[in-house]
Amino acid sequence: MIPAAFDYYRPKTMGDVIALLQEHGDDARVMAGGHSLIPMMKLRMADVPHLIDLQAIDGLDAITIDGGRITLGAMVTQHDLINNDGLSNAAPILSEAALQIADPQVRYMGTVGGNVANGDPGNDMPGLMQCLDAQIKVVGPDGERMIAARDYYESAYMTLRADDEVLVSIEFDAPAGGHAYEKQKRKIGDYATAAAAVQITSDAGKVGSASIAMTNLSDVPVWSEAAGAALVGTACDDTAIKAAVAAMLGDIDPSEDNRGPVAFKRHVAGITLSRAITRAWSRTTARA
Amino acid sequence: MSDKMHIKLTVNGEDKEFLAEPRDLLIYALREKLNITGPHVGCDTSHCGACTVTLNGKSVKSCTMFVAQANGAEITTIEGIGSPDALHVLQESFKEHHGLQCGFCTPGMITRATKLLEENPTPTEEEVRFGMAGNICRCTGYQNIVKSILAAASEINSAKEAAE
Amino acid sequence: MNDMTPDREERSANLKGMGCSRKRVEDSRFTQGKGNYVDDIKLPGMLHGDFVRSPYAHARVVSINKEAALALPGVVAVLTADDLRPLNLHWMPTLAGDKQMVLADGKVLFQGQEVAFVVASDRYVAADAVELVEVEYEELPVITDPFESLKSDVVLREDLEGQTEGAHGPRKHHNHIFTWEQGDESGTNQVLDNADVVATESMYYHRTHPCPLETCGSVASMDKVNGKLTLWGTFQAPHVVRTVASLLSGIEEHNIRVVSPDIGGGFGNKVGVYPGYVCSIVASIVTGVPVKWVEDRMENLMSTAFARDYHMTGKISATKEGKITGLHCHVTADHGGFDACADPTKFPAGFMNICTGSYDIPVAYLAVDGVYTNKAPGGVSYRCSFRVTEAVYFIERMIEVLAIELGMDSAELRRINFIKKEQFPYTAALGWEYDSGDYHTAWDKALKAVDYDGLRKEQAERVEAFKRGETRTLMGIGLTFFTEIVGAGPVKNCDILGMGMFDSCEIRIHPTGSAIARLGTISQGQGHATTFAQILASEIGISADSITIEEGDTDTAPYGLGTYGSRSTPVAGAATAMAGRKIRAKAQMIAAYLLEVHDDDVEFDIDRFVVKGAPEKFKTMKEIAYAAYNQAIPGLEPGLEAVSYYDPPNMTYPFGAYVCVMDIDVDTGVPEIRRFYALDDCGTRINPMIIEGQIHGGLTEALAVALGQEIAYDDIGNVKTGTLMDFFLPTAWEVPNYETDFTVTPSPHHPIGAKGVGESPHVGGVPCFSNAVQDAFRPFGNRHTNMPHDHWRIWQTANRLGLHD
Repeated sequence: MIPAAFDYYRPKTMGDVIALLQEHGDDARVMAGGHSLIPMMKLRMADVPHLIDLQAIDGLDAITIDGGRITLGAMVTQHDLINNDGLSNAAPILSEAALQIADPQVRYMGTVGGNVANGDPGNDMPGLMQCLDAQIKVVGPDGERMIAARDYYESAYMTLRADDEVLVSIEFDAPAGGHAYEKQKRKIGDYATAAAAVQITSDAGKVGSASIAMTNLSDVPVWSEAAGAALVGTACDDTAIKAAVAAMLGDIDPSEDNRGPVAFKRHVAGITLSRAITRAWSRTTARA
Repeated sequence: MSDKMHIKLTVNGEDKEFLAEPRDLLIYALREKLNITGPHVGCDTSHCGACTVTLNGKSVKSCTMFVAQANGAEITTIEGIGSPDALHVLQESFKEHHGLQCGFCTPGMITRATKLLEENPTPTEEEVRFGMAGNICRCTGYQNIVKSILAAASEINSAKEAAE
Repeated sequence: MNDMTPDREERSANLKGMGCSRKRVEDSRFTQGKGNYVDDIKLPGMLHGDFVRSPYAHARVVSINKEAALALPGVVAVLTADDLRPLNLHWMPTLAGDKQMVLADGKVLFQGQEVAFVVASDRYVAADAVELVEVEYEELPVITDPFESLKSDVVLREDLEGQTEGAHGPRKHHNHIFTWEQGDESGTNQVLDNADVVATESMYYHRTHPCPLETCGSVASMDKVNGKLTLWGTFQAPHVVRTVASLLSGIEEHNIRVVSPDIGGGFGNKVGVYPGYVCSIVASIVTGVPVKWVEDRMENLMSTAFARDYHMTGKISATKEGKITGLHCHVTADHGGFDACADPTKFPAGFMNICTGSYDIPVAYLAVDGVYTNKAPGGVSYRCSFRVTEAVYFIERMIEVLAIELGMDSAELRRINFIKKEQFPYTAALGWEYDSGDYHTAWDKALKAVDYDGLRKEQAERVEAFKRGETRTLMGIGLTFFTEIVGAGPVKNCDILGMGMFDSCEIRIHPTGSAIARLGTISQGQGHATTFAQILASEIGISADSITIEEGDTDTAPYGLGTYGSRSTPVAGAATAMAGRKIRAKAQMIAAYLLEVHDDDVEFDIDRFVVKGAPEKFKTMKEIAYAAYNQAIPGLEPGLEAVSYYDPPNMTYPFGAYVCVMDIDVDTGVPEIRRFYALDDCGTRINPMIIEGQIHGGLTEALAVALGQEIAYDDIGNVKTGTLMDFFLPTAWEVPNYETDFTVTPSPHHPIGAKGVGESPHVGGVPCFSNAVQDAFRPFGNRHTNMPHDHWRIWQTANRLGLHD
């Protein structure tokens, strides 16, 4: 598998990146770790005459925990997410999710930015960022702007980011309460058959708040407001969980592929979600 | 074809300079430009790990990296891990515990294992299995690979203790 | 001096002969990255070849325009069928008596079929040029189902139109290849019609692929000055490749040298001859420089060597007490666009007629219909002897279904039907003569080791707990007792393209008492360089460490049929022992001369010949070797060499008893292997460490096949599983630890009693994993569900049985 030829750029400033994007338009793509893009290029399913490598831009690999606000640079890798103690304390759902992505080598290269930016329905970070209500910072010719992760995804590989914009960081409040990232996959290295990101807080034995998103069950990640709402105020008992699952099942729209038919995926989505909710709820007592 | 780039790499401690197209995959640059044929191409899509090298301290799959991306990097391949007169503990251990059969995955496997033991010098069996999950072997069923790595870890650790 | 001589035990240990876990001599180079695989070969001026492949599963090739590709700097040639036609190389014979297009000749029959071969200065230019070759296709109706194919008006193989006779008898339909019948049809039907109990089941053994980690490839180098062609490649049978290359190219065989360098796993994928090999040869002949072709993973999965794809229907009858009385099996075999199965000539369905398994079945009948479809050709033996995996899966599933029908425990059903120890050699209803076995001993040992009764009790409790709603996890106990048939020949029964399936070994003892032995086989990870030296060490009394084993170079190695079907130890291993015995016979004469006694007055003792009754008088093999070259011995030629071409009198029949314990989450369909116990009887054990390694590996490939590995097509013939994202190769994370065990029932006809082991764990493992899944659902009414048991199919079974209600 050999990719088509391209011109390679390793600019040192974001200004240079934007200039290259403006110059080459659709013919240019930025690359972080490359582990989504390079296989596509090798299969000649992506044609990238101008490839802009972000590795030399300073500061894109920073993890900042400032009070209750967490900022992840676009070039932060999944390996970084797993091995950052501060992050593991402030938002443990990140390492729990990252450990379920790909394999050790791929996690060394795969980045948060790449995972979030592309709009690949199979990627885990988009759903997770919706669960965390993250803000995505993009930079373009007109400067920076923030896009809510819950608004960012339009359809498979289509996002609100313009072609001449670059995702530079993602920020969100350190989540309170209990968390869980539950993923069913066929094997290491596979995308999710179904995956659920859940954050729950408890308030005097009842669910205070709940944020729930799922992955690879639609052409975009699915953050279900109704699913979260179904839990709030309940004791997170079976009835409540069933209601949350039912709400989520109303929002997902899986399609058949090698991972299975739609009926199976819907069933597994429900099981995965109820297990995630149960685990997240059980953790609220530990992290009230 | 695009213009060739001037590439500089430090491979197994030696500085290497050559011309390559940006799209040249690191694995082919190593194998065909530098005659470092230990790492292999198995799957082409970053699933099998036969092409694993250590690049700037990270385990990476060199089939999914352009040589342009690697430009300036420090790389260790299986060829840089031990020498015929002084094999690495892992190389000895794979031999001792029958951790290989056809040998095709072995360079990537051992290269990854060296890094795994740096990340986690005292892994459990489960941690070895999880930490090696980016490397596919079709011959051994992994049982003896896991055994080889656990044995190497304990040997390295006892040597360290003895030294202290 | 004699006081210094080590004792017998020590001398024996120094040999590192048969029975010891000798460390592998191959491993030094492999652990240091110094293996030499085909893609490591780099020759001056070498060009790279790459294929233009069909995106369609069935289409007419209207036109091919090479101009743009040829205009690309660095492109040397673009070959199409029209270019190969004058050489008569646009088609090639298959191992199964059919022929296959080397490059598309007017039409394509499967997605990924080779259409044009681009030759360029490097792999990058070649890949670019592939994109520039313009092929105009006219799509034709696609048939991916063999049953549809036999009903369809669409003629897949227009080249065969009107031919009612094929390589294996009459063709019933234009998409039919052969019918192969074995056994007594009317006798079997009569028994079935009058039986107390008959169990009937249909099962599909899905299409999969051996997928060794190294793909297939070759480097051809035509030396026009000397008229010599050298071909390096991923060949499990290099000598056969040389003969085929000679017959195809017209180059005399002595002018062709075929070399199999290190091979990165074979598992059957590297037995066949592929268009890439032929094209690299032609391209080298055309260009006069070496040409390399190495397929990528997607090409490997799409075009070379699928395995299985058998639709099997069985009927098995028994008395009320469970004594099996008859077996009927019909197979519809999907062979894809060309019949390129790698079976011995007389066996178009391989050894499928071992499907009576390990059981004493008085009468049986088997019929196999081979069918063309728009899928890739292949039909290789993926880590098994020819179609034995299919046969063992079939019978082990039929046993389970019969047990359900009888309301009987399937372990007991097996026990009462095993061929008894005293019945060997045993002639089965479908013709094979099983050489040896002791099935009851193995079975009892296995069931005891796992506490079978305890497992059944636990399972029953689990079922109750499930019914009470206390758990959503079921427990399955997979049982399998298998008999393999390996080591083809004998030559009178088995040939490939007319070449008899013997094997060979040639030994040279050097004057200082070390040796080199060359064989007609080729290791792909089995450790031949280690184990064959052990056989020889025991036979000739020279330490294995002083014996080099060489294989794979047809210029130096004796002719042999190669390594597949677990035939290396049964056939080449036997040749090694026999050649060793020739060495020993001459050594005896030399020793007797040196000791000044009659030949009959010396006897072999580990590493020396001693005078009978006077062990202090001896000559070591080292001394004898030196004398063989340096001392004039009346009546004896100088030197100490021997060669043996071994035609086995029968095949060998390794067997084993496997038990798998599995927990299955009925809600997600996720199986978890809690325990896997494997007892193997491969006869005499040459190197226990290597045997264990082979078993771990074979079981893991079995796990993959049973639990998810498939080559799947959509309705229009697109391959849905073309990369390792979708084609399941388990990682260390998905694989359990295995418990291995053994019994030893030596083969009575093999010189050292060895039977071969590399494929047994795959053959026995697949039904064992599958039976575990099926068994978990048996208490809820499951009889049979098809593999692969991936999450969604397991879930579907649970769903079908109402377990989600």
